[in-house]
Amino acid sequence: MTGLTGEAARSTGAPPSIEKTPSGISGFDQITGGGLPKGRATLICGGPGSGKTIFAAEFLVRGTELGEPGVFVTFEESVLDLTRNVGGLGFDLNRLRAEGKLAIDYVHLDPSEIEEAGGYSLDGLFVRLKHAIEAVGAKRIAIDTLEVLFGGLKDQAVLRAEIQRLFRWLKETGLTAVVTAEAGEAGELRLTRQGLEEYVSDCVVQLRQSVSDQAATRYLRVIKYRGSSHGTNEYPFLIDETGFSVVPATSLQLDYPVSLERVSTGIPSLDNMLGGEGFFRTSTILVSGSAGTGKSIIAANLANATCARGERCMVFAFEESPAQIERNMRSVGLDLATWQARGLLQLRATRPSFYGLEMHLVAMHKAIAAFSPRTVILDPISSFMSAGTAHQVKAMLVRLFDWLKMQGVTGLVTYLTNSVTREETDVGISSLIDTWIEVRDLEVAGERNRTLYLLKSRGMRHSNQVREMLISEKGVTLADVYFGHDGVLLGSAKAAEERKRARDERRAEDEIARKERLLELKRDIIEAQIAALRAQYAAEEDETRRIIQDTRRSHEAQRTDRQSMAQVRTELGSPLGNGAGRS
Amino acid sequence: MATPVRTKAVRLEPTSTDGEERWNLRLYVAGETPKCVQAFEHLKRICEEHLQGRYTIEVIDLLKNPTLASGDQIIAIPTLVRQLPPPVKKIIGDLTNTERVVVGLNLTPITKAKRTNK
Repeated sequence: MTGLTGEAARSTGAPPSIEKTPSGISGFDQITGGGLPKGRATLICGGPGSGKTIFAAEFLVRGTELGEPGVFVTFEESVLDLTRNVGGLGFDLNRLRAEGKLAIDYVHLDPSEIEEAGGYSLDGLFVRLKHAIEAVGAKRIAIDTLEVLFGGLKDQAVLRAEIQRLFRWLKETGLTAVVTAEAGEAGELRLTRQGLEEYVSDCVVQLRQSVSDQAATRYLRVIKYRGSSHGTNEYPFLIDETGFSVVPATSLQLDYPVSLERVSTGIPSLDNMLGGEGFFRTSTILVSGSAGTGKSIIAANLANATCARGERCMVFAFEESPAQIERNMRSVGLDLATWQARGLLQLRATRPSFYGLEMHLVAMHKAIAAFSPRTVILDPISSFMSAGTAHQVKAMLVRLFDWLKMQGVTGLVTYLTNSVTREETDVGISSLIDTWIEVRDLEVAGERNRTLYLLKSRGMRHSNQVREMLISEKGVTLADVYFGHDGVLLGSAKAAEERKRARDERRAEDEIARKERLLELKRDIIEAQIAALRAQYAAEEDETRRIIQDTRRSHEAQRTDRQSMAQVRTELGSPLGNGAGRS
Repeated sequence: MATPVRTKAVRLEPTSTDGEERWNLRLYVAGETPKCVQAFEHLKRICEEHLQGRYTIEVIDLLKNPTLASGDQIIAIPTLVRQLPPPVKKIIGDLTNTERVVVGLNLTPITKAKRTNK
């Protein structure tokens, strides 16, 4: 049992702790940290119809399954009536009797035919009990309801002494006993009408039925458990075709295991927004949005993806019938009927007002435990608002979400918001949510379009973008949205904008091409000019070099001439030769 | 034990049969406890007084025959069951309160020749 509460864990850890025997009643053993006190008596008190007899019967039936035969002592119902009544819960008392695992003794007391004349004891009852116990080798005994004796016998002093003796004797036999008792009147200090709690002091359990807003909820509370700690809260319970189930739902701890595994949302583009991989397994996902925004479609896609992986998925629908859901989802390309036929998908539809919140919780709890799905969808949880106050709804959801996490189940809930509150759910559950998807209608240019964005997604990289949610018969796709001058553009406005952009782009491309051509032309011209200039320069260079050559040559000739002239002058007798320089 | 009560069924055969209504009485006991012994003695006395010759007393010890307890829905010990004449009547206790037994069994004193069949 991994779901033990802290208090229960402590009690089992303490060395001299009281020995317990599992009652076998779903959830009860968790509340009490192991079941009923072994070898002792437990008093079950409650008003008419609170489920005392069923508790007692299930205690014995489960006992036979655990290898502990039992004796049912019934004061109120005949063997036939009892067998029939609990037969509706799947308990086949006749078979158990035939197998020698169960003995039923109907103790009938008719006050009109009994006269008391002198002292007596209840040895007759003792003899019968002893006989029945020995006949099946009983380890358990249920007595339902001992108080009938008070109506049948007048001598209360004797009766009380004998009842005390009975309990003492039961304790000596070492049988684990369940004794039922009628609840005391309102306002009375006593728990039971006859004060039986004085005799049975080891464990006292109270069953109660409470009606609020015409919805009834059954509650169980462990009032006393000598030598053991126990949950003291009122736990809702359910009686249905498989018997009793108590939800030990008030979890005070936040110690559920976490998973790094990711699961697809069933919508590839939504997976992309969630870091490309989808939700964390065991996370709790909220899809909120106003009416007709496609919340259920997102939920159905997750269901489809779950089943496609070969895992089981359970959908609790509170507004639509299974057939309706199946038809509607077919229109968006999801074939849920196939998954149902293959036993991977269970659609359960209940009206929120069908019973109280706690009963819903218990019913869901039970259904989930029986089907053990990997994904659970609640669509929508806002309809619970009609079944309780915001506080109650939140309390219930906290427990449900906690429990789903403990079970390693991915939970997706949808929430119908009205246009005023928007990003705020009435029940204030946002803090419980790991991934919150908001789907919203945007009305632009005379049409409504769906947008989707992630409000949060704990523990993963996720997109901050608003996407347009497109729903077609092929499924759901998320598209980027355009931000125009007037804000987000969707639908036909987006299409128009897209066309305009395409046009603009084409125009721009043409312009660029033209400019490039122009540039090329210019370059060609300039290159031609450069070539011409080069040719011109080459010609000029040639010419200039020739002139330079000529000049140099004439200079040379002149110098040669002058030298020869100077020589001539020297030879003519001028010592200084100045004349040569001046010439 | 001053007066032995048989742990097996004891039958006190009627001493006379005059065509009158027969009384079948059953006394359930659990062992020879003082209360059980007393009850038997009281019963015998009352029967002799009121039903002389027309009654049968069957003593059943539940310690020996526990299965017989449920048939007559025995809870208290001792229990006297009037099986005949109908309807079935039960008187619990050691039968010290004679008046109660007489009323409970619907006995009329034998001195009256004719008994109403009430």
